[in-house]
Amino acid sequence: MTGIDWLILGLYFAFVLGIGVALKGSMKTSADFFLAGRAIPAWVCGLAFMSANLGAQEVIGMGASGAKYGIATSHFYWIGAIPAMVFVGIFMMPFYYGSRARSVPEYLRLRFDEKTRGLNAISFAIMTIFSSGISMYAIAKLIQTLHVFDGVFQRLGLNSSWIFDFAILISAIVVLVYTFLGGLSSAIYNEVLQFFLIVAGFLPLSYLGLKNVGGWSGLKATLGPSYTHSWAGLSRANTNRLGVEWFGLVMGLGFVLSFGYWCTDFLVVQRAMAAKSMSAARRTPLIGAFPKMLFPFLVILPGLIAIALPTQPAVPPHARVVVSAEPPGKGIIPLKVDASSGQPMLDKDGKPQFDYDLAVPNMLLHYFPPGMLGLGLTALLASFMSGMAGNVTAFNTVWTYDIYQSYIRPGATDAHYLWMGRTATVFGIAFSIGAAYMANRFNNIMDMLQLVFAFVNAPLFATFLLGMFWKRTTGHGAFTGLLAGTAAAAIHHGLTLPAGAVVGIKGGWLAITHTYPSEMAQNFWTAIYAWSTCFVVTIIVSLMTRAPEESKLVGLVYSLTPKPEEEPLAWYGRPASLAIMVLAGTVLLNIIFW
Amino acid sequence: MGIDIRLPLGILFLLVGSILVVYGAASDPTLYRQSLGINVNLYWGVVLLIFGALMFMLSRRSARAAARAENAPQSPRSSGH
Repeated sequence: MTGIDWLILGLYFAFVLGIGVALKGSMKTSADFFLAGRAIPAWVCGLAFMSANLGAQEVIGMGASGAKYGIATSHFYWIGAIPAMVFVGIFMMPFYYGSRARSVPEYLRLRFDEKTRGLNAISFAIMTIFSSGISMYAIAKLIQTLHVFDGVFQRLGLNSSWIFDFAILISAIVVLVYTFLGGLSSAIYNEVLQFFLIVAGFLPLSYLGLKNVGGWSGLKATLGPSYTHSWAGLSRANTNRLGVEWFGLVMGLGFVLSFGYWCTDFLVVQRAMAAKSMSAARRTPLIGAFPKMLFPFLVILPGLIAIALPTQPAVPPHARVVVSAEPPGKGIIPLKVDASSGQPMLDKDGKPQFDYDLAVPNMLLHYFPPGMLGLGLTALLASFMSGMAGNVTAFNTVWTYDIYQSYIRPGATDAHYLWMGRTATVFGIAFSIGAAYMANRFNNIMDMLQLVFAFVNAPLFATFLLGMFWKRTTGHGAFTGLLAGTAAAAIHHGLTLPAGAVVGIKGGWLAITHTYPSEMAQNFWTAIYAWSTCFVVTIIVSLMTRAPEESKLVGLVYSLTPKPEEEPLAWYGRPASLAIMVLAGTVLLNIIFW
Repeated sequence: MGIDIRLPLGILFLLVGSILVVYGAASDPTLYRQSLGINVNLYWGVVLLIFGALMFMLSRRSARAAARAENAPQSPRSSGH
């Protein structure tokens, strides 16, 4: 990094913190802090809705998947996000926003009962802490790998082994300051800033990369059809790079996992709840869906270009592309190197593994001269921090409203809960730092935690679907259904194994009754089993228990709620029109990249 | 409550755009061998400048419209977003 890169990075930090400071004065009530006073325009919420999810896993992970699986990674957007975003905007937002619930767990209490809320609130709170910790770990690891601070540390005579700790501390402090001062508003405004920075930093990268490899047709010629088609080959699991057949993909990813995330995860739904009106809340996920639809070209395409480039690029001396010299990697993706021995890591068959996570960072270093490099790295850091802040603001809200106010100290003044929210921001981030170090020291524990979260999350959408659209669903039904769904996910995972994997964290710890062609196929089918079990058990238990009083369900269930009144909007601004446009666009993209 | 995010957004991109344009115009052309000979700082800096100016103008316009609406309460039309 040269002076100009530091200047751009510094400017960004100044603006991020400045927004927090500017908003400090307007945080008067807990609703200002946790719900942004329900006063944010739809387009701002929409971009935040999308950016809150645009964390490290997204930018680094999708580039890595692009390098590994090719354009089929776009299924995570076109099948795995857009339909669910449309559904939550058109059908579910009337209940989330209309019920005046302050959080997703609170909706569950209004609709069902205390125990269902408690289950959701506690598992969600723990999950957000770990997610933000993982985000922080990813930032620190990247800063370390790219040697961003090495020069500065050398000049100051500091030990370069502190860079990891320093990076953790810096990202924690920045996120802490702006969420502590401005709460959800600050997080949302910064997410908008981050959104535009990511576009500004990544669009030229895709352009230069594509130009270099001879456009899309050049990429097709270099990589071959398995990388450049998203649907061809999906009729069977062994004829495509993902190792999944179309049914598992559409049902597992497109239905269960995607709807489970976009329609029930408070992290994203909170952005819509902050909107200034019902119509703005409904348009929030729909507006977010437009950039979401196009993001594969920014985050997946660089991954594909990275493997299409010649392996030994001419590296100018000022850039520090992390390329292992011997033996050569794939494109500009280096081999995975064991940190302790310095030797390339091998898989079970003795073949070297590639470090796909470096696809996007190496692309930045490969194409960007000083100046643009600063902007690109700023965009990368911005995306990490927006992912982290999203978790922090969702955590402090759920903690304060659904755990503290409900179980620890009900009936306190609003000022007290505002204080609690700020305090929760501080200890939430402190716990995240702990989680980041845990991820660094014990990789296996993190893998296991993520597995447990997957079990807890998989059945959620069945509960919400039944709760919102079937008035007979009872609290006992919902609660038992969730537990049964989670148990089904765990059992399915314990009974199956992806091909070539070792029994343990990857599955098969009860017995091996079925082998999946890939880990992804196993994940999708785990979700399908969890969802179906939850759906069936919820219905059975609901029918066996006393029906809820209909008068209490007004505003919470579809058949008992009057249709939301349409604001007088131009035809193209109405939720239904936006939904049709974004769905049509997605279908078109799927056809183009068939 | 809150702020019009287009104002800080506009200013940030005006600043970043200006930095890139000035640096792009002044820097050694051999620097751009890695970006396929394209002076990516200069050209992309111009794009960011235009975007920043647009956001800045939009936020100013709606601030003026809001001020007018306050002065003339009988016509409560705001420019919206």
